[in-house]
Amino acid sequence: MEAKVTFDVDRCKGCGLCASVCPKQIVALDETVTNRKGYHPAGVTDISKCIACASCAKICPDSIITVEKF
Amino acid sequence: MTVVYQKSKGLTDVELHYCPGCHHGIAHKLIAETLEEMNAIDTAVGVCPVGCSVFADKYFSCDMFNAAHGRAPAVATAIKRTHPDQPVFTYQGDGDLASIGAAEIVHAAARGEKITTIFINNAIYGMTGGQMAPTTLIGQKTTTSPLGRTVEQAGMPMRMAEMLSTLDGVAYAERVCLTDIPNLNKAKKAIKKAFQLQMEGAGFTFVEILSTCPTNWGFSPLDANKWLKENMVPYYPLGVVKDVTKEVAK
Amino acid sequence: MAKKELWKGNEAMAEAAIRAGCDAYFGYPITPQSEIPEYMSLHMPQEGRVFLQAESEVATINYLYGAGGSGKRVMTSSSSLGVSLMQEGLSWLSGAEVPCVLLNCMRGGPGLGTIQPGQADYYQMTRGGASGDHHFVCLAPGNMQEAVDMIQESFDIADQYRNPCLIVVDGLIGQMMEPIEWHEVKKRDLPPKTWAADGRKGRAEHNVIKTIFVEPEDDNEFNEHLARKFEEMKKNEVRYEKTQCDDAEIVIVAYGTPARVSLSVVRKLRAQGVKVGLFRPQTIWPYPEEALHEVAAQDSVKRILCVEMSEGQMIDDVRLSVEGQKPIDFYGKAGGVVPTVEEIAEQVEKAVKEAVR
Repeated sequence: MEAKVTFDVDRCKGCGLCASVCPKQIVALDETVTNRKGYHPAGVTDISKCIACASCAKICPDSIITVEKF
Repeated sequence: MTVVYQKSKGLTDVELHYCPGCHHGIAHKLIAETLEEMNAIDTAVGVCPVGCSVFADKYFSCDMFNAAHGRAPAVATAIKRTHPDQPVFTYQGDGDLASIGAAEIVHAAARGEKITTIFINNAIYGMTGGQMAPTTLIGQKTTTSPLGRTVEQAGMPMRMAEMLSTLDGVAYAERVCLTDIPNLNKAKKAIKKAFQLQMEGAGFTFVEILSTCPTNWGFSPLDANKWLKENMVPYYPLGVVKDVTKEVAK
Repeated sequence: MAKKELWKGNEAMAEAAIRAGCDAYFGYPITPQSEIPEYMSLHMPQEGRVFLQAESEVATINYLYGAGGSGKRVMTSSSSLGVSLMQEGLSWLSGAEVPCVLLNCMRGGPGLGTIQPGQADYYQMTRGGASGDHHFVCLAPGNMQEAVDMIQESFDIADQYRNPCLIVVDGLIGQMMEPIEWHEVKKRDLPPKTWAADGRKGRAEHNVIKTIFVEPEDDNEFNEHLARKFEEMKKNEVRYEKTQCDDAEIVIVAYGTPARVSLSVVRKLRAQGVKVGLFRPQTIWPYPEEALHEVAAQDSVKRILCVEMSEGQMIDDVRLSVEGQKPIDFYGKAGGVVPTVEEIAEQVEKAVKEAVR
């Protein structure tokens, strides 16, 4: 199974809720990047570990995450 | 390639104005998903409150009303009674529902209006800048309880799910929260059940969602989640408060 | 000389009420005046006075009825649509002859409208949205200094006439910061509140605060009594300010923030030789009808320009005062938009051209 997680980076508010619910701890805010709103956007640090549970997508208050799997 | 999760069609494409980590966005999407799963986006009518979610009409794809502060249950009552086959819901905060709208929600519940009320309890008035709400906890500092709420000054906080459940017209009342995935899943189930019971004509259905207001509580989103679990849940217990279907089965 | 202090409008107005001896404040949060209940929530208990955040504006006005009717100095503040909810209560307060102070920090409307400054509550404040024959002295400060002075007087005005005293500011005055001085405001000679229902304590007769009549003739007589009281208010409480009206050809009539903007217009255009003046009501009830009538009667005056942050409400009183003596133009900005110096100046110049035709 291969997972694909897409973040609508410019809509991310850097709240960190997604990172807090990822069971594999592979979602984090990228502190080296600032998006259009001025936040550190969230992203997946190691997609190979992703199990496509979509916990991140479910909790995101702004619905910016899409999860797909092959 | 299968899509495991994507943004619900029950939500529009408009960017949410809510603060980072605010639970409004999560609550909105659970309702949106429920309407989508019920094939009800085209028939549902929602009524938003005065509060941070006064702009909820921009975010839900179904037809929406704005109501005067606290009056959403009255507005929804009239919509449902004149459109009985369509799902009708109100989405209200603690100022809207428990303060100025206390009479309206009591009467809608007492009459057993076949509407669903989603009550966002974040123990504070968000939109106007952090004043005390009827649901503010004892000792909690707000801009109108600057030294902390006391029983002598403002009484104990109001538990709306329990209070409304004393009325026979209430078919279903549950309290949930959105701090983690297991609780989010329970919240979604509760919302779905509330809408289903509405459409079965069981009576008034009510889901109280304990939510965070990171900005006015003065916390980061994650610390706000922690504060909610440690402080709000003990006073506002999670779980089903009333379920007439279980009682009938008994 | 008093020290100048930098204050935010809402907080200064709250402090002014406390200095005036306000015993109790009740209110509900609503933008753009929420800083007033917030300030009161901290300072009133510190002064040993009463503060309570009401469950709604409907409850608020009834708290005022209770505290005012039992002899206390009581105040609330709200904005536009919140004041609308208080209309029934205001009718009761007037009918029961109970004093209180009510501050309306106006915003754009109608309905929820906007949170920015407006003046579209003129009808609400002067004609009232409530039932029955009633009038309230309505003070209209033009800046923060006037606001803090007038609020301190408003409690005396309310007590003197046993009637709500209203104060109307726009959201800009509530939200701005500017230096003010705390003046010794002249106190009125007021009788004790022997009418209050605050416990008989040996009083020969019991006091009742109510508005009901069984016999229409009794209500009629009572209304005649109120009418006489309102005539007294009209005689005593008119306030206005004239700026460079004596030789003016165009007279701007405005109150509150548009009047302040118009002051800049007068200075700017006078420097260019335009004979413009400003007539500024400082009470919108009673309206300075006589004074405006006299100004309109001046030979120099060609046209009157009424400027409001609304689609035209005070214009009615301007027309009543001017009584057809001179033509009246209107310039309005609604929805929370404040007119600029340039916009009003353009209107004056239009009026000048019209006058020459």
